[in-house]
Amino acid sequence: MIELDDVAYSYSGVQLFFGVSLGLPAGSFHFLTGPSGAGKTTLLKLCYGELLATSGQVRLFGADARQHDRDQIALARRRIGVVHQDCQFLDHLSVTDNVALPLMAAGRTAQQEYDQVSDLLGWVGLSKQAGQFPPELSGGERQRAALARAVIMSPDVILADEPTGNLDWEMSQRLLRLLIELNKMGKTILVATHDLTLIRAAKAEVSTRVLRLRDGRLQLAGADL
Amino acid sequence: MNPNLARALTFVAGDPNGDRVVPPTGFTARLTVFSAAAMAFLAVFALALSLATGRLADRWSDELARTSTLRISAPADQMAAQTRVAITVLETTPGVAAARALTSDEQRALLAPWFGPDLPVETLPIPQLIEVIEEGGGYDSAGLRARLQAEVPGAVLDDHTRWREPLVDAASRLRWLGILSLVLIAAATAAMITLAANAALAANAQVIQVLRLVGARDIFIARAFVRRFTLRALAGAAAGTFLGVIAVLLLPSTDIAGGFLTGLGFQGAGWIWPLFIPILAASVAFVATRAAALKTLKERS
Repeated sequence: MIELDDVAYSYSGVQLFFGVSLGLPAGSFHFLTGPSGAGKTTLLKLCYGELLATSGQVRLFGADARQHDRDQIALARRRIGVVHQDCQFLDHLSVTDNVALPLMAAGRTAQQEYDQVSDLLGWVGLSKQAGQFPPELSGGERQRAALARAVIMSPDVILADEPTGNLDWEMSQRLLRLLIELNKMGKTILVATHDLTLIRAAKAEVSTRVLRLRDGRLQLAGADL
Repeated sequence: MNPNLARALTFVAGDPNGDRVVPPTGFTARLTVFSAAAMAFLAVFALALSLATGRLADRWSDELARTSTLRISAPADQMAAQTRVAITVLETTPGVAAARALTSDEQRALLAPWFGPDLPVETLPIPQLIEVIEEGGGYDSAGLRARLQAEVPGAVLDDHTRWREPLVDAASRLRWLGILSLVLIAAATAAMITLAANAALAANAQVIQVLRLVGARDIFIARAFVRRFTLRALAGAAAGTFLGVIAVLLLPSTDIAGGFLTGLGFQGAGWIWPLFIPILAASVAFVATRAAALKTLKERS
């Protein structure tokens, strides 16, 4: 699905990480952890083509991201659902329209596809909020709406950047269960988080790999998790 | 259906989803509609000027080029005789289709703008004018002047060349100035719409970012802006054209005494031309917005 081969990234002359190699095979569930500022969000951005590696190679579905033009990146992103830390909603659109945004962007106008939006909002427990606007949602509701939008195109890979960063324990667990459900459907999951309790809860239910980004290197986390 | 027409209709019908993703922006919307309306209003007058001066240049270069005037100055008791001789000379000159002495009423009408009506031309020492209509390749001016010099000493032949050529030249230049004005109006419209489109793109940077994150291609994002600005320009230009045509209709009607100024307007099939102004404005907006949007999106990649 997504592969990073000896990747380094630096900006303004500062090297954030280097020698990062990572493969996200189909159906895998990875956590990416590490201290704030270690580069977790940057690594995720490399995984969906938002940034290009300073050196090394990032392959999106077998093709070198550096060789992609903007249209090819756009097409690749339709196969990658992303839950952003700040959700990235359009505030002038309703929750329903925000969730349907990837369908609109892909020019998919079939009514049955738009019917899925209601199903998805029901799945994440936001049926009642369907007509509301993003600023009217709580933090947990926004994250669940973001997850619904991330999966509307039935992507192969789901990337989540600190999806529980602003949520309480109960809401975090609820979101985690949704991610686990998706993984059991065969989706590849990569979650960047510094929430160790979330990782432990996931490990209790599903096979996961936990990676730690620290001091510019990516390593497999030890038994302390 | 013609594929280009089908594409145009699809574009006008639009994608309601594509339209919704970009929030309506009141300021740029009003700016675009107003600019398009003002420019279309001016374009109507530039077009009317261009067409009117074109007609004038054509008339001066065609109709007047086929006519000449013979002026006979003679004592009152010889005027009729000299006029008859002159007409005989003219009628036997190759290249002259007809020669006709102007009546007193016609001469009075010619002098009326200066001396007012009811001028007693019969009692005044006014030259007799003879209208000469040419045919084919026209007559030999030098030869005719020589014959007239011999047979009608008081006759002066005016083939209009002296005053007609600078007027035709001026009318032709005015026509080109009208066309140049239309080009400048189109360019100014493009510039204003580009500025408005850039302002809208800058104001919607967050929208563009989110659309890209969910897999929107540049053309989808650009289309949302392009369709909006094209339809605004079309609506504004239609309103401006309508008002411009009304204003042209309210101008005084064509009057020979009024000359060029009262002829400023559209005639016959010329009324079709203003209909192209909104289409031209929409086309300019389409091209300008598309270029601005794709350039901005490329720069932000």
